[in-house]
Amino acid sequence: MKKYILDLIIKKNVRLSNQYALLILGSPDKLPEILPGQFAEVRVDGSSTTFLRRPISIHFVDYILNELWLLIQVVGDGTKRMAEMTIGETLNLIMPLGNSFSLPEDINSKILLVGGGCGVAPLLYFGSYLKNKGYECNFLLGARTKDDLLQLCEYERFGNVYTTTEDGSHGERGFVTQHSLLKGSNFDYIATCGPTPMMKAVAAYAVKTKASCEVSLENTMACGIGACLCCVTDTTEGHVCVCTEGPVFNITKLKWQI
Amino acid sequence: MANLNINIGKLQLKNPVMTASGTFGYGTEYSDFMDISRIGGIIVKGTTLRERQGNLYPRMAETPSGMLNAVGLQNKGVDYFINHIYPNVKDIDTNIIVNVSGSTLEEYVQTAEKLNDLTNIPAIELNISCPNVKEGGMAFGTSCLSAAQVVKAVRMVYKNELIVKLSPNVTDISEIARAVEAEGADSVSLINTLLGMAINSEKRKPILSTVTGGLSGPCVKPIALRMVWQVAQSVKIPVIGLGGIMNAADAIEFMLAGATAIQIGTANFIDPTVTIKVIDGIDDYLNRHGFESVSQIIGALEV
Repeated sequence: MKKYILDLIIKKNVRLSNQYALLILGSPDKLPEILPGQFAEVRVDGSSTTFLRRPISIHFVDYILNELWLLIQVVGDGTKRMAEMTIGETLNLIMPLGNSFSLPEDINSKILLVGGGCGVAPLLYFGSYLKNKGYECNFLLGARTKDDLLQLCEYERFGNVYTTTEDGSHGERGFVTQHSLLKGSNFDYIATCGPTPMMKAVAAYAVKTKASCEVSLENTMACGIGACLCCVTDTTEGHVCVCTEGPVFNITKLKWQI
Repeated sequence: MANLNINIGKLQLKNPVMTASGTFGYGTEYSDFMDISRIGGIIVKGTTLRERQGNLYPRMAETPSGMLNAVGLQNKGVDYFINHIYPNVKDIDTNIIVNVSGSTLEEYVQTAEKLNDLTNIPAIELNISCPNVKEGGMAFGTSCLSAAQVVKAVRMVYKNELIVKLSPNVTDISEIARAVEAEGADSVSLINTLLGMAINSEKRKPILSTVTGGLSGPCVKPIALRMVWQVAQSVKIPVIGLGGIMNAADAIEFMLAGATAIQIGTANFIDPTVTIKVIDGIDDYLNRHGFESVSQIIGALEV
């Protein structure tokens, strides 16, 4: 897929919680085709500590309004600056980058998308993509507390939504892998994005229940286009770049102990 | 438009702007963004005799105005380059130069020998300065004796332009430059990365899997500029300057200090089209200052 360097304009910045912001970006030109699971390398100007671009998942694409959504978790200076951007400011992005989630062959496949924390971001666009193609999907979203469960009504547009919180303030108490949904059902395909321990637990569940499973990794990156070889993960084919061979990997390719 | 042509020995460049090894892949990674044949030279990723998996993740740490890397020369080996990458890059209308590294002197020699036969590879850059490998690499570039030995051995088998990339992690870089010049290097490029370190205080652990790594980016530019200045006054062969160049003004500073050409590295990660902007910016500078040719600014610093 052709990659572009685009200047997009902030149309809205919604502070979802203390830690999270939703940036809605507009473009004067038609947005390029973007696949679910892809990401953008975002340039953050204005501080010597934000020297490199930041890899950020594509949260949602609205081709009718020509909008790109990014879900920002404030972690360091770069994401703090992004979360403080105001309407009309310009954000420079290299995109779309990376591979994408797979679409199951059988349209009637039972699909589960499992997200934790900010890792829920790419699953919204994936869910919308699946729905547009005629699939039905289930979201299982986990967070520490209800304030960190983001955009639930958006996910509900595209599938059934199940939640867990560690403190029990929303949905079932505990981790996503403890949710009762997993005890009663078998899924054909599971996609997951979030903290590595969570993804490993989901991968272990997938192996146990013989579901196909893809995970979206988040390694620190410099270039985002396969030139610097900084973001590698260890696979059955050796060290490969997460930015070009991923970020989405089938768990059978990863050398995870699960 | 000014004349931007530059010669580095027998190597003819349409302009003095090249890409630094390890920051531009094999060039094709950047072809969505611009016409890469406009660049004066593309120095491809460090290539070794056999495939190397490189170091474990994490290999990169962002630092103020720069970054540390510890990639460790991950590449598929010279035979893979010749059979699978060369066919895709050989017809790009620019100089495709291969950066060559090794763990032993024999590996450098054998790799250079294999590349000698490729018609469209007009030069190699001998990397005796990689700080991220356990054996070889920088070890060759930090003493005059070993630097001279490896250059002498490669010179015996390699007939095209031989660029030697120098390490800044030495007491006197001019000495090393003179040592490799004496053994037949056609030019030197400097600086490779500076050995550095980053720590996560919350976890009380190093950020890089290798603990130390190579520092690059604008934070190293003043050091690189000083070293280029010193080496340019110490050798007769052309000097290629690199280290933290982010824009045309930076590139011109290196040329004024004595560099015949420059390389852009880390800046490619922030702006993939920076090389083109630097080429246009140098042209603009020459026009504004009434220079007809870029060669007029080489070493033109008024001290």
